[in-house]
Amino acid sequence: MNVLDAEVETSRFSKRITGRVIKLGDAIDTDLIYPGRYVPVVDPAEWPRHALEGIDPNFPSRLQPGDIIVAGRNFGCGSSRSQAVSCLKLAGIVAIVAASFGRIFFRNAINQGVPVIECADAHHLFQEGETLRIDLAEGRIEGAENSASFQPLPAFMMAILGAGGLVPFTRALLAK
Amino acid sequence: MGMTFAEKLLAEKSGKSSVIPGEIVRVTPDRLMSVSASNVIAIRSFLELGVPTVWDPDRIVLILDHETPPNDPAHAESHARVRRFAAEQGITHFFDVGEGICHQLMIEKGLAFPGELIFGKDSHTVTYGAVGAFSTPIDATEMGCLWATGETWLKVPPSIRVRLDGSLPPGVYGKDLILHLIGRLGGDGATYMSVEFSGPGVATLPVSERMTIANMTIEMGAKNGVFPADAVTDAYLARFGRKTHAVIPDPDARYAREESVELAALTPQIAAPHQVDNVHPVAELAGIPLHQVFIGSCTNGRLEDIAIAARILGGRKIAPGVRLLVSPASRQVFLDAMGAGHIQALSRAGAIILPSGCGPCFGYTGNLAAGERCLATSNRNFKGRMGHPAAEVYLASPATAAASAVAGKIVDPRSLIA
Repeated sequence: MNVLDAEVETSRFSKRITGRVIKLGDAIDTDLIYPGRYVPVVDPAEWPRHALEGIDPNFPSRLQPGDIIVAGRNFGCGSSRSQAVSCLKLAGIVAIVAASFGRIFFRNAINQGVPVIECADAHHLFQEGETLRIDLAEGRIEGAENSASFQPLPAFMMAILGAGGLVPFTRALLAK
Repeated sequence: MGMTFAEKLLAEKSGKSSVIPGEIVRVTPDRLMSVSASNVIAIRSFLELGVPTVWDPDRIVLILDHETPPNDPAHAESHARVRRFAAEQGITHFFDVGEGICHQLMIEKGLAFPGELIFGKDSHTVTYGAVGAFSTPIDATEMGCLWATGETWLKVPPSIRVRLDGSLPPGVYGKDLILHLIGRLGGDGATYMSVEFSGPGVATLPVSERMTIANMTIEMGAKNGVFPADAVTDAYLARFGRKTHAVIPDPDARYAREESVELAALTPQIAAPHQVDNVHPVAELAGIPLHQVFIGSCTNGRLEDIAIAARILGGRKIAPGVRLLVSPASRQVFLDAMGAGHIQALSRAGAIILPSGCGPCFGYTGNLAAGERCLATSNRNFKGRMGHPAAEVYLASPATAAASAVAGKIVDPRSLIA
């Protein structure tokens, strides 16, 4: 097995994503994304009910399938709780764009098949509610008036995303 | 060209003669540590892979420490699931509820050694850099996959070297040093980087202090924090009778950033709400009234920490209106603290002695009401971390915590230590 040199089935994965912007600030930590008191909860159905609850108790009801988070620096800093990504994914978030990410969150997101995009300019250029079109392969974000570019992810990370996350990716590798 | 600790260790683990920052390498860990309810999520990942047995039951450590003892039947069910999995897979190192906090146990039980590569399903896995290991956190999905395959990837991090000179003055501890550093570099000042401690001041710091310091390098975003193994490490690990393999950075290694700290010049530090990098000298915030004080956690729940608290609180009473929670980081710490009379002294002073576990630190037990203020020796003061989002958490050393519990407000502990 070689995680860095894997060819896996990715035909169901679209490298083009369209969605509505949910704008967040700097240093959105994992307790704001998914408060610690819910960490012992292992029922996936409950996770999205607490998505971003630490910022605002009404946030979970404001999220819609297809939304894209656009945040500032150090998004997802803090804990390694996998629900910090799962709650957003199950609430329908299709991509997260931030000026920078907490390292564990970034890896956690790739492993759960959620595209994470590091882009320094996005937070200044795009507004709450605006529709973005993201091309993961080209490294391009197009908004209503502005556009931004980013460094596309390395091929093996795209393969993990393409497979739908690390579990299906690893299953495909083990089957070879 | 010389290599840093991280470069040298990751070259070794990936079978290469050298690596450079930014390079992505395949690695096989020496140890995998994972905790509590997240074990259930990792078990799901593992079972989805359809692999019947784990990669290596001796290298996998499972610990129940977060929601302990459970206060909800669903959490108890998670624990039961983990116990069954540990038994089915013949996991050698399984620690049940009450044994202690994962990071304390990993070092106390000799499961983290110099030169080892350790992945942990908890952000404070960086703690084992205190004994010269490269230890870094991952999520539960990846942990489940690693149980099956024993292989993953790492990006070789650039390194920050922090040179320490002199020695800490009375009343000032490793906690004050790391808070000062987090304040200086910022909450994302070391993101994706390896933080390497060096200089003559390192030899003055015992393993317990190194654990506190390495533990909180994650609060500036670090991938790992490390004290390359030295005579202090060897003396501490001698009890395990295992040969150690120190990885020492080359003198001509290249660092992305260099910082230095004169230990003798440090004063007690405190992180104010709601970010760990909101650091001030304790003296600046003195007088702020408190409702709760918490002494414990993987950051500061060791025998040394409890001894400091007992020395300050012995023969005194905590202030009326203040609750003092004390949680020894492990059963061994509890037994040692009781043997030394510290637990009795703390209880007489008015402390509530809690089981060894993570409870208060992440809001499972000892919750705060809206408008309440807590001074904690733990590692995060994020909004809502210890209960109500309208509560406030301050972070400081066990000495500052104990002295403040007596005063009922934030105080510089040096007045009570002299």
